[in-house]
Amino acid sequence: MAIISTAGLARTFQTKQGPVEAVRGVDLTVQPGEIVGFLGPNGAGKTTTLRMLTTLLAPTGGAATVAGCDLVREPGRVREKTGYVAQSGGVDPTISVREELVTQGRLYRLTKPQAIARAEDLARELDLTELLDRKCAALSGGQRRRLDIAMGLMHRPEVLFLDEPTTGLDPGSRADLWDLVRRLRDEYGTTVFLTTHYLDEADALADRLVIVDKGTVVAEGTPSALKLKYGGSIDATLQDTFLAITGRSAPPQDTTPVAV
Amino acid sequence: MLAHDTALVFGRYARQTLRSRFQMLFGILMPLLYLLFFGPLLTDLPLGSQGSSWQVLVPGLLLQLGLFGASFSGFSIIIEKQTGVIERMRVTPVSRLALLLGRVLRDALLFVFQSVLLVLTALVMGLRAPLVGVLIGFAFVALLSVSLAALSCAFAMTVRTPQEFGPAINAIAMPSMLLSGLMLPMALAPGWLDVLSRFMPVRYLVDAVRDAYIGSYATSSMLYGVIVAVGFTTLAVTVGTRVFRKAGA
Repeated sequence: MAIISTAGLARTFQTKQGPVEAVRGVDLTVQPGEIVGFLGPNGAGKTTTLRMLTTLLAPTGGAATVAGCDLVREPGRVREKTGYVAQSGGVDPTISVREELVTQGRLYRLTKPQAIARAEDLARELDLTELLDRKCAALSGGQRRRLDIAMGLMHRPEVLFLDEPTTGLDPGSRADLWDLVRRLRDEYGTTVFLTTHYLDEADALADRLVIVDKGTVVAEGTPSALKLKYGGSIDATLQDTFLAITGRSAPPQDTTPVAV
Repeated sequence: MLAHDTALVFGRYARQTLRSRFQMLFGILMPLLYLLFFGPLLTDLPLGSQGSSWQVLVPGLLLQLGLFGASFSGFSIIIEKQTGVIERMRVTPVSRLALLLGRVLRDALLFVFQSVLLVLTALVMGLRAPLVGVLIGFAFVALLSVSLAALSCAFAMTVRTPQEFGPAINAIAMPSMLLSGLMLPMALAPGWLDVLSRFMPVRYLVDAVRDAYIGSYATSSMLYGVIVAVGFTTLAVTVGTRVFRKAGA
C-alpha cells in the first residue's frame, strides 16, 4: 500500500493581483521505503506541495493520505508519523545542540529520558556526539545540516521530507548526506521524499523521480526510464532530459541585443 | 496534553531568558529612569489623589513596564520565523495553543520579576504601600503582560519584517501610555482627555493598582480594573490562538 498518495492536490493563493494557482493538481504515489526525488524549475510548486504534505499549508483542492492518515482530517496524526527538514533548518543559534534535540523529541511526545537517550543515539549515528554541548551557531554548514536532519528523525518518522537538503554544502558533506539518506532507507525502511535542484543528486540518490512544472506532474519514472523516454537515450544526461521535459532550453543566442 | 506542551514551550523560552541577563534586566531601564529622575519631581505636587506621590507613580511605572515589554514580545517570533524555528515546531504534533501560551507565560513571569525589582528600588526611594496592594499590582502586571504578549505574537505571525513590526508597535504603545495616565493620574486631565482615556483598557488597570497601593480594595475602580483585565486577557488569548491555529507563516 502506498505511503503517500495524492489525487488532484491543489493550492491557490489569493493575492491582490488575483488568484495564483501555485499547485494545480498533483497526483503522486510513493511506496514505503522509496527514495523519491521531486524536481522542477523554480516556481513549479515543489515547496508548496511539500508544505501541504507536511500539514503546514491547507490544500484548496484534492485529497491526500500520508502514512495512512488523511492530510486534511487528521493533520495531527500525519505530524506524528512524518518528519520535515526545511531549507532553513530551524534551530535556534543560541541554544545547544543537545537541548534542541531533546526539546524536539519532547515536542514529539517522547518522555524526557527517552528524548535524552534518543538524542545521544542519533548524535552517535550522525557524527554529532562531539558537538552536543556546542551552541548551534558554532556548527559548520555540513554539521548544521546533519543536526537539522537529526531534528527531523528524533521520533523515528515513517516518512522523511527533505527540502533541498544539500544546498550550500561542499562535495564531501553532500556525499556524506547521500550516504545518510541511503542508510536511513536501508536500515530503517524510512521513506524519503526530497526536493533538489542538483540533477546529479537526483540521479545518484533517488529510486524514482517526479518532475513538476507549472503546478502539475509532467513526468515520472526511474532516472534511466526518463532519460530513455525524453532524452532519447539511456546515456542522455539528466540535464538534457530535464530540459526536454520542462521545455526550458538554454537561452537563445543573438536574438535581441542587450538594451543600451 | 495542553499542560505538558505548554510547560515544554515555556521551559524552552524560560531557559533562553535565564541565559540572557541583558533580556532579564533591560526592560526595567526605562521605568527605572522615570523612577529616579521623574519621581522626585512629583513629591510635593498636588496629584488629586490620596497617598504619597510614589503610590501614584509606581503603579503607573509597573504597567508601563508591562505595556512596553509585552507589546514588543512578538519580536522574537519574527526572528524565529526567519530562522525556521516556528515552522519546525509547527510540523510537530505540539498543541498550537501551547506554542502561544508557553511564550506568553514566560513573558508574564519575566515582567513580574522586573516589577519586583522596580518596587524594591521604589521602596528605597520612599514608597510605602501595603503588601497585599503590592501583590495585587503584580497580578495586574501579569494579566497585562499575557494579553499584550498574545496580541503582539499574533501580530508578529502576520507581518513579514521587523521594519513593519517595530514602528507599528511603537505607534500603539506610546499613545496608550499617555492616554492611560500612567505618568500622572487622569483625574488631573481636562474633560475631553479624561473621556478619551476611558477607551484605553490600561487606564482601568492603573486606576485599580493605584487603589490597591493605598489599601482600598473594595472600590469601583478595582471592580472595573478586574473586569477589564480579565476580559482583555480572554479576548487577546482568543485572538492569539486563532492566529496561531491557522497562520501560514
